[in-house]
Amino acid sequence: MGKTQVIVGLGSCGIAAGANKTYEKIESLKKSENLNFELKKTSCIGMCYNEPLVEIIDDDGHYLYGNIDEDKALEIIEKHVVDQEPRKDYVVRSDLFETMDDVFFDDQVKIALRNCGYIDPESLKDAEAQGAYDAMNKIASENLEQDKVIKTVLDSGLRGRGGGGFPTGKKWMCAKNSDSKEKYIICNADEGDPGAFMDRSLLEGDPHAVLEGMLIGGYAVGANQGVIYCRAEYPLAIKRLNIAIDQAREKGYLGENACGIDGFNFDIYVKEGAGAFVCGEETALMASVEGERGMPRKRPPFPAAKGLWGKPTNINNVETWANVPWIIRNGADKYAQYGTENSKGTKVFALTGKIKHGGLVEVPMGMTIHDVIFKLGGGIQDDKEFKAVQLGGPSGGCIPAYMSETIVDYDSVQATGAIMGSGGMVVMDETTCMVDIARFFLDFTEKESCGKCTFCRIGTKRMLEILTNITKGKGQEGDIEKLEELAHQVKENSLCGLGQTAPNPVLTTIKYFRDEYEAHIRDKKCPAKVCTELLTYEVDPENCTGCTVCAKNCPVDAISGERKEVHYIDQDICTHCGVCYSKCNFDAIKLL
Amino acid sequence: MRIQRIEPKKQELEKEDVDLSLIDPVIDKFKGRKGILIPLLQNIQNVYGYIPPQSFKYVAGKTDLRLADMYGVATFYTQFRLKPVGKYIIKVCHGTACHVQGAKAITEALADSLKIKDGETTEDKLFTLESVACLGCCSLAPVMMINDDTHGSLTGKSATKIIRNLKLQEKN
Repeated sequence: MGKTQVIVGLGSCGIAAGANKTYEKIESLKKSENLNFELKKTSCIGMCYNEPLVEIIDDDGHYLYGNIDEDKALEIIEKHVVDQEPRKDYVVRSDLFETMDDVFFDDQVKIALRNCGYIDPESLKDAEAQGAYDAMNKIASENLEQDKVIKTVLDSGLRGRGGGGFPTGKKWMCAKNSDSKEKYIICNADEGDPGAFMDRSLLEGDPHAVLEGMLIGGYAVGANQGVIYCRAEYPLAIKRLNIAIDQAREKGYLGENACGIDGFNFDIYVKEGAGAFVCGEETALMASVEGERGMPRKRPPFPAAKGLWGKPTNINNVETWANVPWIIRNGADKYAQYGTENSKGTKVFALTGKIKHGGLVEVPMGMTIHDVIFKLGGGIQDDKEFKAVQLGGPSGGCIPAYMSETIVDYDSVQATGAIMGSGGMVVMDETTCMVDIARFFLDFTEKESCGKCTFCRIGTKRMLEILTNITKGKGQEGDIEKLEELAHQVKENSLCGLGQTAPNPVLTTIKYFRDEYEAHIRDKKCPAKVCTELLTYEVDPENCTGCTVCAKNCPVDAISGERKEVHYIDQDICTHCGVCYSKCNFDAIKLL
Repeated sequence: MRIQRIEPKKQELEKEDVDLSLIDPVIDKFKGRKGILIPLLQNIQNVYGYIPPQSFKYVAGKTDLRLADMYGVATFYTQFRLKPVGKYIIKVCHGTACHVQGAKAITEALADSLKIKDGETTEDKLFTLESVACLGCCSLAPVMMINDDTHGSLTGKSATKIIRNLKLQEKN
C-alpha cells in the first residue's frame, strides 16, 4: 500500500485565499496526531474560484477538495486520511466519479500549464519526473542541429503569446542569422496587463519549463546568456525562479557545456522590474535591463540584430517559452493539430470579472468566446445578463455579448477591434458601465505612458479628460467625434505598442456601445448605474428604518429626518457622492 | 505620464537625519558594474523603506553615477519612493478585475478608516495607503496586499477589519 499524499495548492492566489493557514493546520495535525501521510506543496491548478485547494491521493485515486479552510482541513484529514471515508461533497475533481466542476477541465488542453498544480515547483525531481529537460536531453543525445530546432518551432506554428503574435520560429531565425559572438535570450515576465496572471502562475507553478524553453532558444540562436525580466509585484515567482535556477546549475543543465552539449555555455539570471507597464515593450524592457528609464526606441534595428547591450537578442514571453520544450519533445505536428489555420496550439486565458468560475484555463485556439465563458467559466455571477468581455488589457477592446460566437485566434479577435493580448478575459455584466471601463483603461495608459511621444503623452491625457467629463455628466455634443479623432492620431503617431493600442478600449466601446455614451452625454444618465454623479439618490420609505446613519454620514447635510422616521434627501443640496448608499444597512437608498 | 514631481518639502526631508553609511555595503556591492542603477536603488530602498533624497548625492560622490540619471530612474519607476513610508504598506489593487468588482469602495473605506488620502501615510507612521495596478490575483478580486501578504475577496468592511486587527496587534 502506497503512502497517502496530501497536497496543498500554494500559488499566490491560493495563499491570498488562505492556503497557508490550511497548510499549517494540516502540518500541525500531522505532528500532533502523529499521522502517517506525505504532506506536499504544489502551485495553482487554475481553479481559483475553489481556492484553497487540497488534493488527497490514496490507493483508490485522486480527490481534489475545494474551498478548504482550517475547519474543513481538519474534517477531511479526520474523515479521509484517518477513517478512510472521503468527504465526497467537498470534492471538486476526482478520477473516480463525476463532479459538478468537471466542466471546468473537460475542454481544456494543457500544454503550457502541463505541470502547474501537479508538481512541487520547488522540486527539480518532481519536474524531471514529468519530463522536464527531456527536450534538452533529446537535443543533446540526437545531436539536433540549431536549424532543425528552429524548423520544428517554425513548423509547429507557435506564435508569440505575449500579444504580438509574431511567429516564434521566424524570430529565432533572425537572431540566429545575426552574426555575433555574444547573443542574449530574454524572457519577458513583466506581465503588466491588469487582468492577466497566466505568466505569474506559470513561473510559480513550473519554473523549469520556462528555463528549459530558454535553454532551447539559447541553443537554437547561439546565445550564451539568458535574462528573465520579472515584475517586482511577483515576489513568489522570483523566489521560485531563483530556486529553480540554482537547481538547474547544480545539475549541469545551466552553465558551461550546458545539458552536456559541448561548447554550449548558457546561464540565466533574474532581473527584477521596478514597476513600469511600458517595460513590457521589448525595447523599453531592454533599456530597463541596462539600468535606464524604460523608454522604447525606434525599430529597426530590431532586437534580433541589435538588442540588449547592442547585441543580437531574442525576446519571448513566459507562455511562449513554456510551450517550446513540449513542442521539441512531442514534435511540431502534434502541437499543430490543435488550433486554427493561422493560430496553432493552445492559449491560456485568465478568466476574471463577473464570472462564476474565475481562474486560469488553457484551451485550443478556435474555441468560441461563448464556450470559454459559459462552459468552462460556468456563466455570469448571480446569473445576471452577459454584456461584454474585455480581451487584451489596456491594448485590447471590449467584445459585446452578441459577438460571443467569435473564436479565439489572433485574426478573429483582431477583426473585432480587440486583440488577443496576453490572454486576460475580463467578463462584464449589465452592472458594468462601458464608458467607465474606457475611462478606467485610459486612466491606466495615461499614467503609464513614458512621455516620449507627444501624441501618447498629451493625446491620452486629453482623451481621459473628455471621458472623465462624460462620466461626471459634463459631456457635450461632439465629444464622441473628438474622442475618435484623437484616438486615430494617438494610434498613428506613437512609437511603441503602448501608444499605438491605447485608444483601442475607447474605440471598441464607442463602436459597440455608442448608445451608452449618448445616454451619458444627452440624457445625463448612466444606464449601468455606475457613474455616481449621474445617479439620483432617493430614500425608499418601505425599507427605511430611520436609523439616521445616512444623515450622520452625509458630508453636505442633504439628508433630514427624525429617528425612527423615514428620511428625505434634498436633491438641491445632494452632491451625488454615494456615501448614503454605501452606509445604509437596510437597502433603503434607491438609485435612479 | 508617470514622472513624479519632487515634493516642495524637499529641504525639510533633507534635514531629516539619515544614517547614510548604512548603504556603504550596497555601494561596494554594485560599484563599477554595468546596468546596476535599478538594483542599486532597489537595495537602497530595502535599507530605508524609501530612497532618502540625500542618498543620491552620497552615491554620486562615491561612484561615477550621475545625479541626473539616478533622479531620472528613481522618478520613472513606480516602485521607488522618495518619501518615508509606514510600517505597513497597503497596496489596493486597481486592476481591471478589481475595478469591475468594486476596488474603489475598498480604497475609500480604508482612506476613511485610516483618515488619510490615497498615497499618504498615517501620522503614527504605521500605514501607507497606495493604489496599484494589477497584483495578478484577479480571480479573488478585489484584492489588497499588506507588505507581502495578499488578501482577497474583500469588502469595505472586511478590509477595515484587517487594518483594525493590525492596529490591535501593534498596541499589544
